[in-house]
This record gives sequence, C-alpha cells and structure tokens, in this order.
Amino acid sequence: MISLKINNMPVYAQEGSTVLEAARSIGIKIPTLCHLKGISELGACRVCVVEVKGMNSLVAACEYPVREGMEVFTNTPRVLNSRKTTIELILSDHRKDCLSCERNTNCELQRLSHKYGCDSHRFEGNTRDFVYDDSTDYLIRDNSKCILCRRCVAVCRRQQGVGVIGANDRGFATHIACPFDMKLADTPCVGCGQCINVCPTGALQEKEEITRVQEALANPNKHVVVGYAPSVRAALAEAFDLPLGVNCQGKINTALRYLGFDKVFDVNCSADFTIAEEADELVRRLQDGGKLPMFTSCCPGWVNHVQKNYPELLPNLSSCKSPQQMFGALVKHIYSKIANIDPSRIFVVTVMPCTAKKGEKRRTFTDNLADVDAVITTRELASLCKENGILLNELPDSETDKPFGEYSGAGMIFGATGGVMEAALRTAVTVLDPNARFAPLEFREVRGLQGVKEASYVVNGRELKVAVVNGLLNVNKVCQAVKNGECDYQFIEVMTCPGGCVMGGGQPIRATIVRHKAEIAAARAEVLYSADRTNVVRRSHNNSGLQKIYADYIGSPNGETAHKLLHTSYQALPKYCK
Amino acid sequence: MKGSSLPFDGTPEQEARLRAKLDELKNKQGALMPAMQYAQELYGYLPFEVQSIISEELNVPLSEVYGVATFYSQFSLYPKGKYQIGICLGTACYVNGSQAVYEKLQQLLGISSGECTEDKLFSLDATRCVGCCGMAPVMTVNGEVYGKVTPDAVEAILAKYHQRG
Repeated sequence: MISLKINNMPVYAQEGSTVLEAARSIGIKIPTLCHLKGISELGACRVCVVEVKGMNSLVAACEYPVREGMEVFTNTPRVLNSRKTTIELILSDHRKDCLSCERNTNCELQRLSHKYGCDSHRFEGNTRDFVYDDSTDYLIRDNSKCILCRRCVAVCRRQQGVGVIGANDRGFATHIACPFDMKLADTPCVGCGQCINVCPTGALQEKEEITRVQEALANPNKHVVVGYAPSVRAALAEAFDLPLGVNCQGKINTALRYLGFDKVFDVNCSADFTIAEEADELVRRLQDGGKLPMFTSCCPGWVNHVQKNYPELLPNLSSCKSPQQMFGALVKHIYSKIANIDPSRIFVVTVMPCTAKKGEKRRTFTDNLADVDAVITTRELASLCKENGILLNELPDSETDKPFGEYSGAGMIFGATGGVMEAALRTAVTVLDPNARFAPLEFREVRGLQGVKEASYVVNGRELKVAVVNGLLNVNKVCQAVKNGECDYQFIEVMTCPGGCVMGGGQPIRATIVRHKAEIAAARAEVLYSADRTNVVRRSHNNSGLQKIYADYIGSPNGETAHKLLHTSYQALPKYCK
Repeated sequence: MKGSSLPFDGTPEQEARLRAKLDELKNKQGALMPAMQYAQELYGYLPFEVQSIISEELNVPLSEVYGVATFYSQFSLYPKGKYQIGICLGTACYVNGSQAVYEKLQQLLGISSGECTEDKLFSLDATRCVGCCGMAPVMTVNGEVYGKVTPDAVEAILAKYHQRG
C-alpha cells in the first residue's frame, strides 16, 4: 500500500492506482470527460487536473499514479480555474443547442459546465468544418457537438475490436471520423451503438424513427402492432429515474396502449419461436453431420460482423431469423390471418435495446413485405412516453395481447449473455434425450459477465461442448480459433455487446460515474433471470401459444412454412466500399 | 472519400516487397511508423490499398493507420507527379506575392497543395523557405528554381513541362 495525502487527508492506495482512484476511495470526485475505466485512459481532456506538491504543472489525475508521500490538492483556486478554462475552451466551438439537444440534462459537458460556473461564450472564434454522417440506418454522428474525448474511438477499437473510427488530421482540423473520411455505411461498422452509450455529449445518437411511428399511429388505415425485446423491460425504468434493476414490463404494456398501438405483443414470444427453430437446427446438424460449430444468429451486429469479416464462417451461422424478424413475419403472416387483416395494412414496430436492429429490419422480407417496419430503441420509447406525458412510474400494470404475448422463461433470458444458449439447451436436451427423467433446466455455467464462457454437457451419452462469447473483441479470438480448426465446440452463442442485449447501444445512457460504480449489466440481467424463475413455463417448446400456432399454421420446425417465415440466408459483404 | 482519386497502379513486385517488410516488422513494438515510412518510400504515397495492406498485416485498424497518415506531414495521400512543383509561402516570398502565384497554380492545375493532377504530370506543394529569398517569390520544379515569379508567368512555365510531356 502507498500512503499519500489528498487535500491534507491521509489516504492509502494500491500501488499502481491513479490519483483519481485514490481520491474516489475517500469520497472525492474528480471530474472527468475522456476517462473510461479500462477502455479509455489517455488523459486527453485535462478536466481532471490536480495540483501535486513539488510539481510545476498540474497533472491529469486519471492517469497519474500515486507515489509514497505524495501530497495532492484537488480543489485549489489554480485547479478550479484551470478546469473552468478548459471547459470554456471546449465550449468555444461546441454547437450549443442544449435546449433541444437529445442529451439535454443527461450531458456530461453540460453538467460540468454548470458545476464550474462556466461562461459558454467566453471564447468566441473559428469553428471547425464539422462532419455530419447519417449514412447508416442506425446512427448519426454530428461532430458539431464532439469534444474529441475519443471515448467512442476507444470503445470501438478496444472493447469491440471493430475500429472503424479514429482521429483524423491534426491541430484544429482534428476530427473523429472513418478512415479516408468515408461514410460510416461504407465501413465494417456493425452498428452496435456502444459509441453512443459512451459519448459524453450529443455528438452520437441513434437515427430516430419516432416520427415514422407517430405517423403510422396517426394513420387510420394502418393497424399498428408493437413488440418489445426482453431487455427493454430491464432498463426503461432507468430513464424515469427509477433505480437499476426494476422490471417495468406491466407498465410498458400500459404505456404502449396509451400511445395508441393497436396490439401490444412481446418479442419474448418470438424468442421462443427462435429457440424452437434453432434447437431443432442444432439437433439436425449434430445428427446429420451438418456444419459445426453452429453460431447463433439473433444478434444483428454479429451477423454484420460475419458478413463483412468472416465470410468463410457464414455456413456456420444458424439460418434462423432473429426474434425481431421472426416477430414481424409472424405478425404479418399469421396474426393477419387470425385477425383477418390485410398484411399490407399492418405496420410492425419493435422496441429494442439495440441500434443494429434498425439496420436489421431491412434484412428480411416475406412475400415482398418487410418483416419489420420501424425499430425504436429503449431510449426512443422513453422519449415517446415523455413527449406524450406518460408518467411511467404511475401507470397501472397490464398484460400483453394474445396470441404473441405468451412466452416462456427461456424467451425472457435472451437479453443476457448466455441467455440464448441456455434457452436453446433447455429445449435441445429434451429433444436429444427424450426419455430422460430429469432434463436439466438451469445451465448456470453459461451465465455471468465473462467475455468467453465454455461448458460441456453429456446428453444421452454424447458430449455437447458449447461456448458463449460477448463483446466483439472476444468474438474475434473465437472466430480465429474456429477458422484455424483449433476448437471443438458444437454450438456458440455470440452477442456483440459486453453483457449482451441488456447493455445494447439503444439502452438508457448512464453517466461515467454510474458506469464506474455499479455493475449495470448484472443488475439488468437479474431482472430477466428473476422473471424466468417465477415463470411457470420455462422451456420455449412448452409455450402453449407457440404450440398452437405450430399446430394450426406452421407445421414442424424447419418445415416448409417455417423456412419461409422464420429462416434466412446470408451473404459475404465487402469490408470497405471505396 | 479523401485521398487520391487516381486509379491505384501499384505493381505485384511492390506489394511483395511491402508484405515482406511487414512480415519482418509484424511482432515488433511500434511497427506502424516504420512500416508506413517504408510504404511511403516504396509507392511515393499512401493510398487506400496500401494502408489496407498495412492494417491487415500489422493487425492495426485502418482508422489508426489513416490517423497516423494524416497526423504527420511526412506522409501523403496523393502520389507525386512527374514534375513536382513547390511554391514557397515562407515570409519573404509571401510578402512578395507568392500567395497569388500559388492561387494561379491551383487554378491552372486544378489541384491544391499535396495533390497530383490526373495525368500524374504535376504535383503541387506549398513549401517553407527554399533558401533563396533574394529571388522571392520563388517556385521550384523538380528542384529547378524560378525566381521573381508573377502569376502571369506561371502559364508559360507550366507549358514548358507540358511540351516535354
């Protein structure tokens, strides 16, 4: 342990820790803008400066290591003045449309500016030529609000291993953009949106689809159907200032009805359909000598990644559409029959924790109709509620509509890393070993936040080796191993975002201080796991609504109708389009 | 897209040499700068195709390669022409009107500093002092110095090289 003094208070800190960490351990918060623990630690923004006795210049607390006997001052007039000036300089060419900015009241720059009593117009001068990139279906980069903190760059490279953005040019011309200032749509960006979640300001946002949803809701000729993903109920409450880990499923149902949706369904239900198809596909591949390992295909970021970076692994991808696309196809082609509505009149909206889902909606069509018409994120649902004066906390609970409101606990856990694997195993073991007296139900080895999880089960005398990977950087390692024939897994679940969909790029944005303090992923995942524990039906194929729809409309998994509605194909795509 | 719009005309021999060099640097710390310097020397500039090879072989994101390429002025995204024109914007030349000469050059060639014409005949660079302030404003073509240049004189100078082809 190292002993030092911070503001004359004695502190003991681990060797190798930073002044920032030491200060926080005694309850002193040093402000940061560019710092993201474990991901971005480069001391670029100079907002965290502190005075160290014996040093001429101020030092960046986020990267300055503690030393024995060191005396640190975090709040001298010199420090406070320096921070204030730094923020004012950052504000000098920042587009200050705070009143209408998406991040108003949830902006780290705004908070600091207010805290340090900054004059946002103290330095007026030139502004840069700002990049504005809206080339993709899912993301908008507006560099007029970029403060060059490089958190997005770090998360893209070091957490996701994608690396499609960087700091281009130098000096005043420095800007964050794609190589050769290409459009984002022409790069191997997978659409995960992790960059949005770490942006301290409003420079990065999802491409909004609220307007299109509102237009559809106002159109009397449209029958507007909505379904929401498991992870939405695990996080929406955070956007209404409720604590982490509150399940607001019943209130979401009510809110969606207040908003005017004609039917409120649950994507948990189509997750069960995904398992019915995917578990069957796995069993077939195992029994018929099909291509192994089989990779899950629920995650659109992952599918984009394979199409652009690992075309040789395309045959390993499950042919199942994702739960979102299955949901759209089921609504337009089966619900339409049940309700006797022309499918072309149906407008399918999904609420997703994910930005890549916005790009995915155009991936699959059934009978020339797009499976899904609009995708809004959890954040957009929160905005929509707020705009419509819906006080989520005060709403009564209500149920989802039939027939796509029934689900199993297996469908619920899809939002957490390991959830899809566990759900698939729950069904696969009963198929592989139909006579087992006690088929296992919980597969705890595949749960948890580790980047790569491995497990091995013996089912009916045969070993089943599986892996669960989350965070694309980890995925790259596994893909290489599969390519080189170095691993003998039969089934691999992949989720692009660390922690899975509960940590998706469309979830409520939490300030750095919350990210550093609380295990957000675990709290959100626990919402899903506890809902699973209390659900009566816990295996997808036991969902009675699903059984009836298979019996009445689809036939068997992987049958002809199933293939038309619930399966897809993939193609190799160029990495960069010049 | 930034960078040269001219078709890439690197040869298989150049690529083989680049890949061999990258192979040698691959597992060394700080390999990116020497790799880029080698490539710049080999091709004369760092187009998309060359940066992509470096990115792939060194397992460094293309965005990082490009970031380095645009940070240091020693790297260029544009090829050099057969005739490399330098126009001095140093103090003495500037006060004697080299900015107007520079503008005339840009207008006649259709390119800015750092770029190359489509026929690859001329490239243009705005430079600092070339060491003959007495002749300001000064422009150079492949090291040949032209002193006391006026905007009106530029056309005739370029025509001379055009004729040579």
